[in-house]
Amino acid sequence: MTARGPKANYKLGRQIAPYLYLSPSLIVVGLLMLLPMAMVIAYSFQESAVLRPDTSFAGFRHYRAIFGDEVFWASLWHTLYFTVASVVMHMAIGLAFALMLNSDRISPMLRSVLRVLYILPWLFTQVIIAVIWRLMLDPNGVVNSILVDLGIIGSKVAWFSSVETALHAVTFANIWAGYPLFMVSLLAGLQGIPKDLYEAADIDGATGPQKLVFITIPQLMPIIVSISLLDFIWTMQVFPLIWLTTGGGPIYATEVLSTYTYKLAFSQYNLAQAAASAVTILLISIGLTLFYIRHQKAR
Amino acid sequence: MKTRKAMTVLKGAAAIWLLGATGALAQTTLEFSQWWEPELPKGSLRAIMDDFEKKNPDIKVTLISGPYATTRDQIAIGAASGTMSDVVGLDGAWVNSLSAQNAIADMNPLMDGSGFDESQVADIIEIDGKAVMFPVASFVYPLFVNLDFAKEAGVSELPSTRAEFLEAAKKMTNADENKYGWALPLSLQSPSSVLNDMMSWVWASGKSMLADGKPALEQPPVVDMLTFIKQLDDAGVISPGIASKTEQEKVEEFVNGRIGMMVDTLAHVNLIRERNPDLNFDVVPMPVTEGYDGKRGLTYASWGIGIAESSEHKEEAWKLVQYMMSEDVNARLVSLANAFPGNVNAKPDFVNSDPVFAKAFEIFQEGYLANEFTGLPEAVDLMREFDVETQKMLEGQQTPEETAAAAQAKWMEKF
Repeated sequence: MTARGPKANYKLGRQIAPYLYLSPSLIVVGLLMLLPMAMVIAYSFQESAVLRPDTSFAGFRHYRAIFGDEVFWASLWHTLYFTVASVVMHMAIGLAFALMLNSDRISPMLRSVLRVLYILPWLFTQVIIAVIWRLMLDPNGVVNSILVDLGIIGSKVAWFSSVETALHAVTFANIWAGYPLFMVSLLAGLQGIPKDLYEAADIDGATGPQKLVFITIPQLMPIIVSISLLDFIWTMQVFPLIWLTTGGGPIYATEVLSTYTYKLAFSQYNLAQAAASAVTILLISIGLTLFYIRHQKAR
Repeated sequence: MKTRKAMTVLKGAAAIWLLGATGALAQTTLEFSQWWEPELPKGSLRAIMDDFEKKNPDIKVTLISGPYATTRDQIAIGAASGTMSDVVGLDGAWVNSLSAQNAIADMNPLMDGSGFDESQVADIIEIDGKAVMFPVASFVYPLFVNLDFAKEAGVSELPSTRAEFLEAAKKMTNADENKYGWALPLSLQSPSSVLNDMMSWVWASGKSMLADGKPALEQPPVVDMLTFIKQLDDAGVISPGIASKTEQEKVEEFVNGRIGMMVDTLAHVNLIRERNPDLNFDVVPMPVTEGYDGKRGLTYASWGIGIAESSEHKEEAWKLVQYMMSEDVNARLVSLANAFPGNVNAKPDFVNSDPVFAKAFEIFQEGYLANEFTGLPEAVDLMREFDVETQKMLEGQQTPEETAAAAQAKWMEKF
């Protein structure tokens, strides 16, 4: 047996120290994130998970059940439509408003007022947004009234109750709620673009649209990609807005993965299948997150 | 002197320790989770608990209160994880699942052990021979009619049959003025409308949606009800936005004079009066099929009470349940809630003081309480499946017969 010398102890201490500093965060992350995740993954492979103490291994039965359910595939499609449309429109509206707020052609006073107005949707919780849009898009609501008065629609439309319009209506509400994130981020980016780039373009005789396409957008691209990826991940998981406006209906017209999973868990009390559905969402989210991390590293 | 003082302190401490150890000072804290407190006048349920604590100084009650849906989710999670409160407020739609999980206690041994008089309670909900829930308060669902609306529309007699209802609804409807005869809130967020606004038509005529405890949705009572709903929709008498309308919105439409009739709980009478003190309305029994003159089934929902199987204080929990079901306390609670009592001897005071409640009490006494969803497996999901199929019918995707057949097939998977 050899005694460890003070030098060896010091070396060991130096090696362990970073982990000791990190340990509080690692413990918190482990307990609050990794453990629940591991438990949900385990439930997805159990028979009668959680509900009965005598559970047994179910293999991939629950995954086969949800992948064989046409409502799951409809939910996946609705989730994709809802997410892609929301992200694209968030970006377009966010960019348009950011350009407007960054423009010297608008008076500083008006810009300040618009800045407050445009950011308002961000201040509301999803529950409030759902209530606002339920009232606005009610068959007797203000939107129908305006559209009928303008002659755009012939009769009142039950936006959230019709199979044809419900998914578009919830997507619209989500677009309204989410564009300020893009607007604020892009506005910060716009203010960081060097003025001399535009001055050089002016000397070269570039038009406004050309400056937008060849200077502004390329300069903003890192922000656009980062925020789009984050927005994609967040929008995919939206639950309260859809639940409180349509409940996933009419029929299954606005069923998305989050409402599908919720119904499995709290309406059917099929927690094992709900876990399998949740793990599927997790895998999609992990895929997107890895893409995001790779993009961040590349930057 | 100092030693004597110290000894006295020590003796006192030892006596307190001894009392605590022998249980003389031991106090049991019961958790009671329910959604009733927010729906009752502020502080009234706490006052009932305070009186219970005075009568039982060794028991403390902690109320865990939240909205209905939150309480339901909490109980579902608590049942799964074995952390349910000792005493729980229950809905009849939940008890089958909770019993299957062995999460709610059989109260039969507790009743036997305490010599409880079963004849004093209006109903005991049993699953597989286990007494799992007492309805503490029952909220009946008659038909509410806006009398001024009806008079304006030329409806002289309030409807008593389905045909009369359709006629009255047609007269009341004027789409250009946003006025409609009836509302059907089929939002999937909370599909209880299937119970309140749809199956109530079946039960009113003394019929059933079950046969030998199994779904019988393809039988005439349910198919006829679906055909009738389709007829109402085709006639354009139902206010638009059916598939996303919630129960609250239905009540709002009635309060604002946009619909002439609705099926609703008596518990909303005070709310309706608060929101629109000038609204002139009455309650009538649910209309029945032509020629039916038997007793009418009156849809009800109840505040039920039960004990968690995982509770370590079942004896104390049973004391609280007994207290809530006792004649005086039950009368006090239902008077506050505008509900009908779970104790047959309890007399709520509102029956004598309010004409609408007096009328409802008459309807209650002339008919019988009906809610066939109580005790069914995954009752909320059964309602949701039926709701989806009804929405398909109203979208024109299937006939009432196909709707009934599709719902029957889905329901049979649960039985």
